[in-house]
Amino acid sequence: MAAPEISTAAVPTLYTNNALRNAFGGVLAFFILLLIGVMAFSIRLFSVIKYESVIHEFDPYFNYRVTQFLAKNGIYEFWNWFDDRTWYPLGRVIGGTVYPGLTLTAGTIWWFLNSLNIPLSVETVCVFTAPIFSAFASWATYLLTKEVKGTGAGLTAAALLAMVPSYISRSVAGSYDNEAVAIFALIFTFYLYIKTLNTGSLFYATLNSIAYFYMVCSWGGYTFIINLIPMHVLLCIVTGRFSSRLYIAYAPLVVLGTLLAALVPVVGFNAVMTSEHFASFLVFIILHVVAFVYYIKGTLTPKMFKVAVTLVVSVGLAVCCAVIAVLIALVASSPTKGWSGRSLSLLDPTYASKYIPIIASVSEHQPPTWPSYFMDINVLAFLVPAGIIACFSPLSDASSFVVLYIAASVYFSGVMVRLMLVFAPAACITSGIALSQAFDVFTQSIKFQLPGISSNKEVDAAETSSATAEAQNDAVKTEKSEETSKNRPSKKSKKKEKEEKPSTKAKAEKKRLLALPLDSSVISLLLLILLGAFYVVHCVWAAAEAYSAPSIVLTSRSHDGLHVFDDFREAYAWLRHNTDVDDKVASWWDYGYQTTAMANRTVIVDNNTWNNTHIATVGTAMSSPEKAAWEIFHSLDVKYVLVVFGGLVGYPSDDINKFLWMVRIGGGVFPHIKEPDYLRDGQYRIDSQATPTMLNCLMYKLCYYRFVETDGKGFDRVRQTEIGKKYFKLTHFEEVFTTHHWMVRIYKLKPPKNRIRGKTKKSKSKTSSTSSRAKISGTGKKNPWH
Amino acid sequence: MEAPIRAAQFLGFTVFFLLFCVCRSSPLHNLLISNAERRIDLTSHIVKVYLTLKVENAGSTPTSEILLAFPPTQVDHLATVEVLVTKGKRKKTTLVRLDVKPTELPDAPNGTKYFTIYLANPLNSGESMTLEVLYLFTHSLEPFPAEIGQSESQLVYYRDSALILSPYHIKQQATFVKTPSTKVESFTRVEPTNRAGTEMKYGPYEDRPPYSFSPILIHFENNSPFPVVEELVREVEISHWGNLQVTEQYTLVHGGARHKGVFSRVEYQSRPTLSGTSSLRYLLARLPPRVHSVYYRDEIGNISSSHLRTDSRKSELEIEPRYPLFGGWKTTFVIGYGLPLQDFLFESSDDRRYLNFTFGCPLLETVVDKLTVKVVLPEGSKDPSAVVAFPVEQHLETKYSYLDVVGRTVVVMEKKNLVPSHNSHFQVHYTFKPIFMLAEPLMLASAFFLFFVACVAYLHIDLSIRK
Repeated sequence: MAAPEISTAAVPTLYTNNALRNAFGGVLAFFILLLIGVMAFSIRLFSVIKYESVIHEFDPYFNYRVTQFLAKNGIYEFWNWFDDRTWYPLGRVIGGTVYPGLTLTAGTIWWFLNSLNIPLSVETVCVFTAPIFSAFASWATYLLTKEVKGTGAGLTAAALLAMVPSYISRSVAGSYDNEAVAIFALIFTFYLYIKTLNTGSLFYATLNSIAYFYMVCSWGGYTFIINLIPMHVLLCIVTGRFSSRLYIAYAPLVVLGTLLAALVPVVGFNAVMTSEHFASFLVFIILHVVAFVYYIKGTLTPKMFKVAVTLVVSVGLAVCCAVIAVLIALVASSPTKGWSGRSLSLLDPTYASKYIPIIASVSEHQPPTWPSYFMDINVLAFLVPAGIIACFSPLSDASSFVVLYIAASVYFSGVMVRLMLVFAPAACITSGIALSQAFDVFTQSIKFQLPGISSNKEVDAAETSSATAEAQNDAVKTEKSEETSKNRPSKKSKKKEKEEKPSTKAKAEKKRLLALPLDSSVISLLLLILLGAFYVVHCVWAAAEAYSAPSIVLTSRSHDGLHVFDDFREAYAWLRHNTDVDDKVASWWDYGYQTTAMANRTVIVDNNTWNNTHIATVGTAMSSPEKAAWEIFHSLDVKYVLVVFGGLVGYPSDDINKFLWMVRIGGGVFPHIKEPDYLRDGQYRIDSQATPTMLNCLMYKLCYYRFVETDGKGFDRVRQTEIGKKYFKLTHFEEVFTTHHWMVRIYKLKPPKNRIRGKTKKSKSKTSSTSSRAKISGTGKKNPWH
Repeated sequence: MEAPIRAAQFLGFTVFFLLFCVCRSSPLHNLLISNAERRIDLTSHIVKVYLTLKVENAGSTPTSEILLAFPPTQVDHLATVEVLVTKGKRKKTTLVRLDVKPTELPDAPNGTKYFTIYLANPLNSGESMTLEVLYLFTHSLEPFPAEIGQSESQLVYYRDSALILSPYHIKQQATFVKTPSTKVESFTRVEPTNRAGTEMKYGPYEDRPPYSFSPILIHFENNSPFPVVEELVREVEISHWGNLQVTEQYTLVHGGARHKGVFSRVEYQSRPTLSGTSSLRYLLARLPPRVHSVYYRDEIGNISSSHLRTDSRKSELEIEPRYPLFGGWKTTFVIGYGLPLQDFLFESSDDRRYLNFTFGCPLLETVVDKLTVKVVLPEGSKDPSAVVAFPVEQHLETKYSYLDVVGRTVVVMEKKNLVPSHNSHFQVHYTFKPIFMLAEPLMLASAFFLFFVACVAYLHIDLSIRK
């Protein structure tokens, strides 16, 4: 959008000059934004260039599969999709348990392109969705920051966000996850909130609810919005900034937003039933009370008002108490006190590791370390405080929001690595403000002290021109401070208001600017540029080296060139083509999504960890001795067992390293699995010192079966040790496939033997009469034929 | 064990044949074959038979048709029949290919199938000529045992007749069978039979009446992998901007003895000569020269194990499947490449253009059960017609690609049971006006133009209600 035109009559000589300058500025800003978009898109393509156009990691494979289903079967089938290829034998209602925003977005893009006869595959669209939306996100950042501190800060913030490593890590091409579109939705919702707050326009308030709806569709992180905005509203009320604009910005959002959010199947009545949303309703009530108080204040005399206040406060308090009591009663009646596990672990960082091993076992749910801050936001960490200070001078509704946003997101990012992603945009916005303000100050002081301009006549001209430039920057600010009550500016009615401002403002500016000496401002400017350059270098490095590995194909550089480890896909391709289409494959839940998407086989558990007992059953099987494991798997109708083993090539995130989590999760439900049995003096080891339980469990056996024959010693390159038990045979499983680098090994359950059938029955009834009986029958997963 | 029983059965069969032939009155008896030599090559999984026939016209009328006979079990697996005749004298001999067509005869004994060779010049009475016949069988080696473990070698049966099945009297004949190794488990003897090294000789047999048949069964080791492409879809897309894009979708299966039981990687890696000898490790595709942008992938992404070697004559693409294929294992993959258009597209005299491209599968030594070739002509092409050297099923389709409005005409050709010798060229003729090349750029340009006009118009209209 072009900058607002400057009024004409006052300075006729400067008119053409200024108009040109502003038009040029608008076009320049537009092109800068375009380039920022292109950069945001292209910096995320390293993964395609260095590897290939492929879906990354684990969750994206599920989203990809859902999108494929959507593209093939249409939207109605999608809502009713019951997926029987996962969580066997329970299945999963995909349509009702998935955040559909990402899938619908990619599906719509695909449908649109195909209706233009552009034959892109669903995969291609999915791969490039995240980069496209990060370009959108940087534009949204521009809009948001522009609302807060003007165009310059907006452009800087957009440029910073386009390449912030934290966001890149979740949105490289191929990283087809909810966060890819959710960050855009988050920033855009905030922008519309601020825009509404600045203009008081109901139009923007409605848009805001729709943007909020899109965010709810996209990501569970929408609760951040629905808690942050009420906090800001409360802050405004407390600091005496209540206005009709605030009311317009908030009330429609709560009403419309909640109604819309309840339309999303996965949220449904949670939008009014869980505690994550209660803060917004509470603030909604408070807002009305305050609005009422202001209204009364306006109509009554001060004396009458005092009387009314006491009346209203007492009645209001009573009503509030009643409502709160009802709410608390509602909340208390639900089992988790209305809070979901993930949210609780947000409030109490130690909650997850204490009570829910399945949440704690995910690395992205751990608290981050200090280096990860430097890695993920780099120099922004230093600029953020400066930005916060800049937000305070002067403090407006919008800038107070930014301060609140950054404070909240710093806390949340400290709890969970994953929420760095929410922190990154806030850091970019504040740093953008800081950088742009610093540049403003330095360039202005240089401009004033350059000898060429400092002669008397030109000072005036320079002053006015800079002032008008300033005015242009501040246009939004002035608008919001002055015409807010009138609002709804049509494009042409904007012009009048800006005339008074420049002259008075220019003098104040001049005084402040003259304080900085020339040389120091030049040096600081250079240093700032250096800082920016450092940031760019770091971001490009992070995008190219750290965050673009797709993790399903690994590479390593050695003296004889690049070596590719494509074992995962080798195994999945084998499963896909050489097993029966209805065979069930058991593996640890990490590989569930990939197995269903790439191998198209039914899995027992997957990355959607909704049923802890089911996961615990698989964990128990993996940590049991062979025979017991066979019985568990057989009762689940499993045909193949897949394990990931990195010992031959030194791939560290394999199943042996994850094994303790299987023990913990299994032991949490089936108490006969005890973690100490697998540890020797508190240490986890697989060498000859390991405990017999460890050396006899299924996971150990499946990983190290015939491993000793590779080098004669059985040296595990991940654990850097020789394995404890080298020669053993499998009696209930047989190896059917091992990939080239041994990273994936697939075993088949041997069929039950006819002759000893009576015997197995007996032993089974014996085991079930012991400790595990209650659990297995309680979960209802026992083979019904026994 | 089984062979003698079978031999007895077939003996009965033979007797029946002979009886049948005696009481049969045929117009064909005026031809006779004075000498026949047959060489059966069993080294790969495609059985190649070279038959040299010396045909004599003993009758009184000249004839221009000669019949070849095949048992019904073989004709189902018959991929191709070629007949060559030498022309010229002494040094200046050239081979001329003769027309061969399947023929139905009303009174064929026991479902015998025939092919008719049409001679260019009729064979006069008393004259004789030499015919070189080459025919290939697919799926004719039956693995026995049908399932083998990883370290076992693959043994197969081959069934044929020691005597050449022919509607004519054969004065003298001999059959040579070449096996891939000296390891032959068993073979039927029809005296005189000799075996030396990798070659077996049946015959010479003299003065055999028409329709003589003497079944033989050879059980031998064939450790070569049996790459069978169950289905291949080749899409050739012509772009008049200078590129020919070929996309080939394969469903590959190892057609040998099925793999049984475990697959142990440690054995496969440490003893490659003993373990999995018949496994399919890599395939070689011979692509045209000047090939570019080659890719090799499947539905879950790129397959990194491939090598491309190019020189001015040809390009060779060596591809490894994601995993070694054992008997019965399947895989699917896609190969795609671009080619410069001027090497394959020509203008014919009548102002039409034609594409000249190879028909079959570029993989070497591979059987294709079903091949579909789709030639996607540029949008706006008219009157397509295809010329193929052998009979194929044809029909037309329409495909929509980048920004198409009316769609592109696709010439679809289908053929079953192909062998590498089907890699001959085919032509697709069509008419095309170069102006159609500009349709899509113009469409895009006008769309953008309209968009910008709309933008300009919007910026100049004040849509606000309140002034």
